[in-house]
Amino acid sequence: MSSREDILKAIKANKPDLKPLPELPQFPQPVEDVGEAFRAAAEGVGAQVISVNNWDELALAVNERYPEAKKIAHQIEGLALSPLDWQQINDAHQLADLDVAIIHGEFGVGENAAIWIPETILPERVLPFITQHLVIVLSKEDLVWNMHQAYERIGTEIPGFGIFISGPSKTADIEQSLVLGAHGARTLMIALMPSSQNV
Amino acid sequence: MSHAKAATQFNQNQARTGWHDQALWFVRQKRDRQAVTVPEWEDLRELGSQIKGHMLSNMDEYLIQFEANAQANGVTVHWAKDATEHNKIVYDILQKHKVQRLVKSKSMLTEECHLNPFLERMGIEVVDTDLGERIVQLKDEPPSHIVMPAIHLKKEEIGDLFHEKLGTEAGASDPQYLTEAARQHLRERFLQADAALTGVNFAIAETGGVVVCTNEGNADMGVHLPKLQIHCMGMEKLIPRLADLGVFLRLLARSATGQPITTYSSHFHKPRSGSEMHIVILDNGRSNQLGRPDFRKSLQCIRCGACMNTCPVYRRSGGHSYGTTVPGPIGSILTPGIDLKKHASLPFASTLCGSCSDVCPVKIDIHTQLYKWRQIIAEEGHLPRSKRWSMQMAAWVFARPKLYRWLGKRARWSLRLFPSSLVYGPWNTWGKSRDLPDAPKQSFRDWMKKNG
Repeated sequence: MSSREDILKAIKANKPDLKPLPELPQFPQPVEDVGEAFRAAAEGVGAQVISVNNWDELALAVNERYPEAKKIAHQIEGLALSPLDWQQINDAHQLADLDVAIIHGEFGVGENAAIWIPETILPERVLPFITQHLVIVLSKEDLVWNMHQAYERIGTEIPGFGIFISGPSKTADIEQSLVLGAHGARTLMIALMPSSQNV
Repeated sequence: MSHAKAATQFNQNQARTGWHDQALWFVRQKRDRQAVTVPEWEDLRELGSQIKGHMLSNMDEYLIQFEANAQANGVTVHWAKDATEHNKIVYDILQKHKVQRLVKSKSMLTEECHLNPFLERMGIEVVDTDLGERIVQLKDEPPSHIVMPAIHLKKEEIGDLFHEKLGTEAGASDPQYLTEAARQHLRERFLQADAALTGVNFAIAETGGVVVCTNEGNADMGVHLPKLQIHCMGMEKLIPRLADLGVFLRLLARSATGQPITTYSSHFHKPRSGSEMHIVILDNGRSNQLGRPDFRKSLQCIRCGACMNTCPVYRRSGGHSYGTTVPGPIGSILTPGIDLKKHASLPFASTLCGSCSDVCPVKIDIHTQLYKWRQIIAEEGHLPRSKRWSMQMAAWVFARPKLYRWLGKRARWSLRLFPSSLVYGPWNTWGKSRDLPDAPKQSFRDWMKKNG
């Protein structure tokens, strides 16, 4: 018999009587302004939150925050930052010297500043991690309060790869001292935009 | 070595024991601060417990469902009965792809299977990429904590280690500087890797995908570069529905490190085009544990480490004193089921204060299980002789009321009058690190006679 059959047989013999699977309830939202809560949570996890009204304001903010950046990746038409030529990229390893990546976030979560990023809006899966600095553009209206609502919003449309990102990469593995920029992006800038602009 | 002996060694450096104690307590306090911000915290714990309890009661069906959905996603699923089979499966996959360099993100399961030394013997370079795990790997030590593998080391020691292995400046111990050095060193490894292997925090039966939580981003830096990704999971990592993650991701990081959520919660469902994705499901004693009614609830564990951070014994004895892959209270109820004799001292590494059960995000009755393991260890004759004999003697005395009363009187009298050198002689093992209470003038029985 294969290991698969052995394992399944052993579980069947040893498992207890069936217990019920609980329904997942809705929990009340304890804050009035999810946007404010999101901003506070994002700053709490080490991200910078800015509000911009259009792509020009975003370009300005990126230039100001990352004046040294040479290699910038984005796919936003109308953003006046000379982007990486994706035609030239045929292997993810070529992104190793990327300074800034600007990507869209699908929606944010107020309670923990997590932003859902499905691979459908990423040109390369490794992009948000291999870049030195990450900028996520998020529509102000695209916020939910908690993780239950987040999964409700994702629904059954689960992508091949998707991720919640909350803040920049960090570690506290040396004597519990918090250090930002472990392996992933050293900084995270979240640009909140009116949804009419964010297309 | 018994836990008590190893703990005694750890305690020889009192200042360091105090430092370790405080470091862990700091994390426990961070957990408390986060937990109170969630009004429905206790509801979430109950839900987490019920979802995992349900999963355990239907685990075979969920595994079949998980496998079918993963296969539909283009993922290859493997089954391993034990560590040997697990390691062979991983090696065979790596060999098929001619992998020479493997990067790993945190996986207690591969520690449990001793995968690293096995692969290294087979000529494969294995690099642990979680900073804490890389530190203990370079130091050739096992992790001392499941979430913070290098919590037992001081920054000066890590500075010395990095100076020797990574060429950092001698005497440098600034965490920022050392982390930057590790970032540069590991970035090279990520870019050179032929394959990536990760542990699994949650496996979703409904969708056939796995979720991995990290703060550093090392799982994603590993997985998205090479053409081969492997995820190794204990079969108890299953959850029925995608939406169940709403409960568990709210509980996990708050319980583990006092963060609202980990920086990265990665949902892996399909390989990149042109790449392969494999999932290895491991039993290794878990189905046996499922068959023990008193102990099966231990399989609900989501490996947050909160029970370690709060445990007064763990904090003052260090993770290595347990001699197991998973230390602390949860390790002390998981490992006796694997080898009762070898781990017979672990259920005694507890004051039974119950703090572990109080903080457990999935409500495992850890301290009750510790107590129950003690009964089994005594019944099966695995108590150390000193404990066995003293218990037998006590039982003999308790069965003879007159003798008990006479001895009680002697004891009250001698504790008052004998010099402490006589009371705390080598025969008094209990009193080695504890003070006996002041002896009362009369027994409770005498007091009752007078006042009752």
